[in-house]
Amino acid sequence: MRTSQWSAVALATGLVITLAACSPGGNGDGGETSGQELSILIGSSGDAETTAVTEAAEAWAADTGNTVEVVAANDLVQQLGQGFSGNNPPDLFYMPWDQFQTYAGQGFLEPYAEDLGNADEFLPALREQFTYDGQFYCAPKDFSTLALQIDTDAWEAAGLTDADVPTDWDGLAEVAGALTTGDTVGLGLGREYARIGAFMGQAGGGVYEDGEVTADSPENVEALDYLQGLVDAGSLAYPQDLEAGWSGEAFGLGRAAMVVEGPWINGAMANDFPDRSFISVELPAGPGGPSTFAFSNCWGIPAGSETLDASVDLVEYLTADDQQLAFAEAFGVIPSTESGSAAYAEQFADNAAFVAGVEYAQSPVAFAGSATAVADFNASLETQGLSDPAAVLGPFQENLQAAADEANG
Amino acid sequence: MSGVASGSRRGGGIRRGEARAGWIFVAPAVVIVGVFLAIPIVLALWVSFSDWNGFRSPLNPNVNFVGLENYAAITVDPGLDQENFGRAVRNNLWYVVFVVPLQTIVALLLAVQVNRAVLRGRGFFRTAFYFPSVTSTVAIVIVFQFLFTASGAVNAVLGFFGIDGPNWFNDPSGIFHNLLATVGVTSPPPALAQDGPLGITWWEWFAGPSVAMSSLIMLAIFTTSGTFMLLYLAGLQNIGGEIDEAARVDGAGPVRTFFSITLPMLRPTTFTVLTLGLIGSWQVFDQIYVLGGSTAGGTITTPAFLAYETSFNDLQWGQGAAIAFILFVFIILLTLFQRWLLRERNPRMRTPRISRAAATLAADSGPATDPTTRALSSADVDDELSKGDRS
Repeated sequence: MRTSQWSAVALATGLVITLAACSPGGNGDGGETSGQELSILIGSSGDAETTAVTEAAEAWAADTGNTVEVVAANDLVQQLGQGFSGNNPPDLFYMPWDQFQTYAGQGFLEPYAEDLGNADEFLPALREQFTYDGQFYCAPKDFSTLALQIDTDAWEAAGLTDADVPTDWDGLAEVAGALTTGDTVGLGLGREYARIGAFMGQAGGGVYEDGEVTADSPENVEALDYLQGLVDAGSLAYPQDLEAGWSGEAFGLGRAAMVVEGPWINGAMANDFPDRSFISVELPAGPGGPSTFAFSNCWGIPAGSETLDASVDLVEYLTADDQQLAFAEAFGVIPSTESGSAAYAEQFADNAAFVAGVEYAQSPVAFAGSATAVADFNASLETQGLSDPAAVLGPFQENLQAAADEANG
Repeated sequence: MSGVASGSRRGGGIRRGEARAGWIFVAPAVVIVGVFLAIPIVLALWVSFSDWNGFRSPLNPNVNFVGLENYAAITVDPGLDQENFGRAVRNNLWYVVFVVPLQTIVALLLAVQVNRAVLRGRGFFRTAFYFPSVTSTVAIVIVFQFLFTASGAVNAVLGFFGIDGPNWFNDPSGIFHNLLATVGVTSPPPALAQDGPLGITWWEWFAGPSVAMSSLIMLAIFTTSGTFMLLYLAGLQNIGGEIDEAARVDGAGPVRTFFSITLPMLRPTTFTVLTLGLIGSWQVFDQIYVLGGSTAGGTITTPAFLAYETSFNDLQWGQGAAIAFILFVFIILLTLFQRWLLRERNPRMRTPRISRAAATLAADSGPATDPTTRALSSADVDDELSKGDRS
């Protein structure tokens, strides 16, 4: 008898300790705007970004009497998931575009962006990207669009001039063919939705429009057929076949003369391949007109945050035009506001193509649950290639439809 | 229970309060096991039956009990979740089928070699074979990535023999499919084109490990054989020299001794090695994580990685926990099955040959010429014995 009593006591103690550790914290009421300790989790592209964000946050903290701690995540999404499930999310964090709707849909995020002083200044495409259920959730911190990078040495060696810069699909096919030599392929392209989707847009297609899944549309088939034509002609190759981790690496190694990447290519080339000289131009238009993808992260704040007011104040500071331009200078991102991006295009003329793209950029599909369907599409592109568009687009349509049905309840 | 027990406790004397003291002494261990093992497992089991999305505690009032929904989504409901799980099981199944037998055989062979008294530099070889086991898997994966790139060392060696090596870690094609392709079969026969278990066609089930997975299989054999070699080495050194001698006196050659004496006597070690190997290879995670998990067209994803991905990236914690529990039950069942397969059988069931003779010898250490032993031995043993006598 006594034995079981003792063990019951021991078990109960353990249970109480654990449950106490798991119990939810109090709902925040916004809190003070000074004297707070803020933890900031960022997915950094490198030391330059970490240093710039840390300095900016500390400057704000010194002004407002708060303290900040900036942590650069090794694996942002995993660390966010861990923070939320452990009931200890960071006070402010980078929210990647592809996870935003999932997080917003699950009620993880505080919809604070409408209350920002500069809420109306963000680019409409970005505002839309971070709107869920009619609510503008979080402030886009910067943005990137895809453009076409051209290796200028290879370009000249192939006898091409400025007049040959491709503006449509035929032009692209032509120069890709001209740039293809023994060791170099004309165009290096990531075999994934985040790149191929831009070509779908140029064909006038897309996978998700106005709540309707259109992955197997004839326009998308046309885009895949076009790309397969380049593959068959030998002028397009995927980074895996060029022994590179991603297109940028193939570009830097001189194995691809053109690639389709975003402004991050500047930093990557400066760090790893400083000798590569290249230009970025707008993506050529397809039969459906010009199109590109816009990617952005926003500044996420967890729902019910106890430091909400201080965090919102910090976001306002970090998304102000001058601060965003300082970030642009430090690590090459493009400001997310109308005036900021205009100033950027002027200041960094080499990158004007990225800014120009935002006019006609589409947001990649990102509704809650779509990530799994996209991952499966990427996998089937890898196993089956593009030669039979129906074989890869059919299952994509099916899976995306199932995810959409679930997301829309 | 307690008439006698509590009576004696109350009865005082020198043993009074002993039980309480005992509980106080084990309390730290009980609390640690409870807090860090028992409660988390119970909590995870609850999560696998709930719709917890990873926000706040899994016990908060917004979390609902959803019954077997999470289990159904990955096992019986057709859809992407089921297919992904099916593919992960397929990948891991082939991984296990190749890794477990191969690593056991390699470990045993290495152990026998480094156990030989005549081998020069035994210490060096023992260390060298064990070395991969003490090195971090992550480091080895990264080295393997360099070795197995399309223009890496492995393909350079293959190229020397005129073989055009594949793009190892990025090649999603199944090796059986590739073998079939060499004889012109590239599409499934109608019987295999139908859906098999877990929403995957039989054709896909029989694809074999992808080329990418094959590189991971080699990696696993390379890293774990050393560990299991050590277990076998310990087992081998427990086999007394007199048993070997007895077999030799009986005239058994080295091959015969190995299969009829050494191997049966290593049965407990083999059970340990197979069990550890089986559990370890069904839980393979770090290699996959380092390689990015979803590369090579999803052909290196394993259930353990899928559980992680589903939970942390898709925020479907219930489904992730369900995968983990299915894996858990699966491993338990396989281990039980293997225990049954390797159970001690009644010795009379086997044909008594060298082993019986040797065992008799070892037991009473009688002389090899003992007539009863001779009578028991079969004719060929007699033959060899007479040869042994002559030498």
